[in-house]
Amino acid sequence: MTPFVQLTGFMAAMPLANINTDAIIPSAWLRSMTADLAAGLFAGYRFDEAGRERPDFVLNRPPFRTARILLADENFGCGSSREAAVWALARFGIRCVLAPSFADIFYENAFRNGLLAGKLDPATFAALLAEVDRHADNPVFTVDLPSTTIMGPDGIARRFAVPASRAEALIRGDDEIESTLRHAGDIAAFHRAARTTRNWLYPGVRNLGETA
Amino acid sequence: MADRPPAATTAAPSTVFDKIWDAHLVKRLDDGRDLVFVDRHVLQETTSAQAFDGLARAGRAVRHAELTVATQDHIVSTAPGRDEATNPAGRELLGLMRTNARAHGIPLFGVDDRRQGIVHVIGPELGLALPGSLLACGDSHTSTVGGLGALGIGVGTSEVEHVLATQTLAMTRPRNMRVTFEGAVEPGVTAKDLILHTIGALGTAAGQGSAVEYAGAAIRRLPVEARLTLCNMSIELGARLGLVAPDEATVAYVRNREFAPTGSALAEAARYWLGLRTDADAMFGQEFTIDCSRIAPQVTWGTSPQDVAGIDAAVPDPASFADAKRRELAAAALRYMGLEPGTRLAGLPIDVAFIGSCTNGRLSDLEAAAAVIQGRRVAPTVRALVVPGSTAVKRAAEAIGLDRVFRAAGFEWRDAGCSLCVSVNEDTVPPGARCLATSNRNFENRQGPRSRTHLASPAMVAAAAIAGRIVDVRREPAP
Repeated sequence: MTPFVQLTGFMAAMPLANINTDAIIPSAWLRSMTADLAAGLFAGYRFDEAGRERPDFVLNRPPFRTARILLADENFGCGSSREAAVWALARFGIRCVLAPSFADIFYENAFRNGLLAGKLDPATFAALLAEVDRHADNPVFTVDLPSTTIMGPDGIARRFAVPASRAEALIRGDDEIESTLRHAGDIAAFHRAARTTRNWLYPGVRNLGETA
Repeated sequence: MADRPPAATTAAPSTVFDKIWDAHLVKRLDDGRDLVFVDRHVLQETTSAQAFDGLARAGRAVRHAELTVATQDHIVSTAPGRDEATNPAGRELLGLMRTNARAHGIPLFGVDDRRQGIVHVIGPELGLALPGSLLACGDSHTSTVGGLGALGIGVGTSEVEHVLATQTLAMTRPRNMRVTFEGAVEPGVTAKDLILHTIGALGTAAGQGSAVEYAGAAIRRLPVEARLTLCNMSIELGARLGLVAPDEATVAYVRNREFAPTGSALAEAARYWLGLRTDADAMFGQEFTIDCSRIAPQVTWGTSPQDVAGIDAAVPDPASFADAKRRELAAAALRYMGLEPGTRLAGLPIDVAFIGSCTNGRLSDLEAAAAVIQGRRVAPTVRALVVPGSTAVKRAAEAIGLDRVFRAAGFEWRDAGCSLCVSVNEDTVPPGARCLATSNRNFENRQGPRSRTHLASPAMVAAAAIAGRIVDVRREPAP
């Protein structure tokens, strides 16, 4: 995983609650391993039926076309488990989403792909929204993970929340599978014990796919 | 004299969720998360290819192929007689799943297999999902299996890879939440209506970070398939999972399933399952009560499952919402849906009727729909589809003649798959068309670009297909 320490770039605001993963990456981009996910990001909002850009959508307007930080509202990433939603944001260049709350699966997917999902209290959300608006010509923000702060054009440092363990893992760029495999002995011991107490749950040599 | 603290007694009162979770806890990790063992890992084709790719690049093996199965459901064509070669859109992902399953010794219930079907339908149906077990799948609606008293955890692709490599999930322990249903359910009101109403009342974020237990006499009376429908949409409540404590009905449902335990193993398992219930004094982080007696058949009017009302109601005026954000969302939803405030839900003309999905694609759902259409004809302006949730459901329905009922009424009788729920396959709703669907999401563009989706129960969709417009199934004349 690509480590994340500090990020500076344009912040785009999409102050809508319940933005779902179907909206972040529509199903048309899920049919292939090699789909251009950056082109599919928010495709329903970005393009009209003829594939032309909708000029009023934030990511179609300079300077937000090259946004690296997204400011969103409550329950961002609800709906489908599709991890392509996170991949699409990352391929587009967005490596940090700030919102008052995130849907659970999206939140998990984000950190596993080096995308910082920072939680904001309502006052900070409102203040950032106003600040992006005030500096729409040059909305450059810096997100610093070790200090969990956001510094904007107004020069005010604001805080976001992220569990310390997640921040540390993101800063180190941990491979989570590698971390878990360090407990392989415990996992094997658990399975052995569970097979004695709940043997009915674990097929022995019989494969689940074979007819009994 | 100061009271002495009570002597240490038995374990603190706990919830059914806690009991199952604790039985799967490998260890508490240093970062505060729990490492839990996955009893069953079920794969589908759209969220597993990259996971196998990652596994290969890291040179890792599948740790427990014998606890893993794969099915093809999302991208498959549901055109009758389809096979892997007649799935042009999905050829790449279907082929990769076949190759990956073969390479790792994972059984695959592919489009040509008698056990093929939507992953959340075949899990319970085949006895792969068992009460008291923990099941993971790269699909948000894995919560469905909670209807059996299993912990169904939907994950993304990197977690699919994590489970393949380790047979575990590293997760923050969900919080306990309970929704208790009081009162009696009116005739014509189904599990789908109960959960849609609940999402409408509590909102799509109410369950964030939570395991939701559905409780109350009304839930105990629900057949197991209805409990699967209820738990299916827990994700639309924002929850990690939903569940109903196992009871005798659960045990009866599991008996004789293909991969379920048999004989003395089943007897031992059943004793364990029936002990899985929430202690009287157990604490929940959040508790809600829903009065069933006031619930009418539900229909969504907007673009989120929380935009829902009883069939007796009208499309709300966005101005009627106290919250400014909700007003804005409702106004945008009505623009997208092409609806005016005050329009009655009953009477809205529909273009497409869809019966199927992991929410409502089981045999009992098809029976409920067939009961409504017996001897009647689909309106000429409506395209009506029935897509069984699994190949086994299709066979069972044909064995009792439901296919003839649907066909005679003018419904398409299709092969099993996700179909119009997700439009990652060939099945889509045309731009601007209005579809009444038994599926779980009415998001913008969900059923195809500019498609307009309303959610309802199978009987409601069947009645609307006949009438050509949304109607109250309770007021429909008997055929």
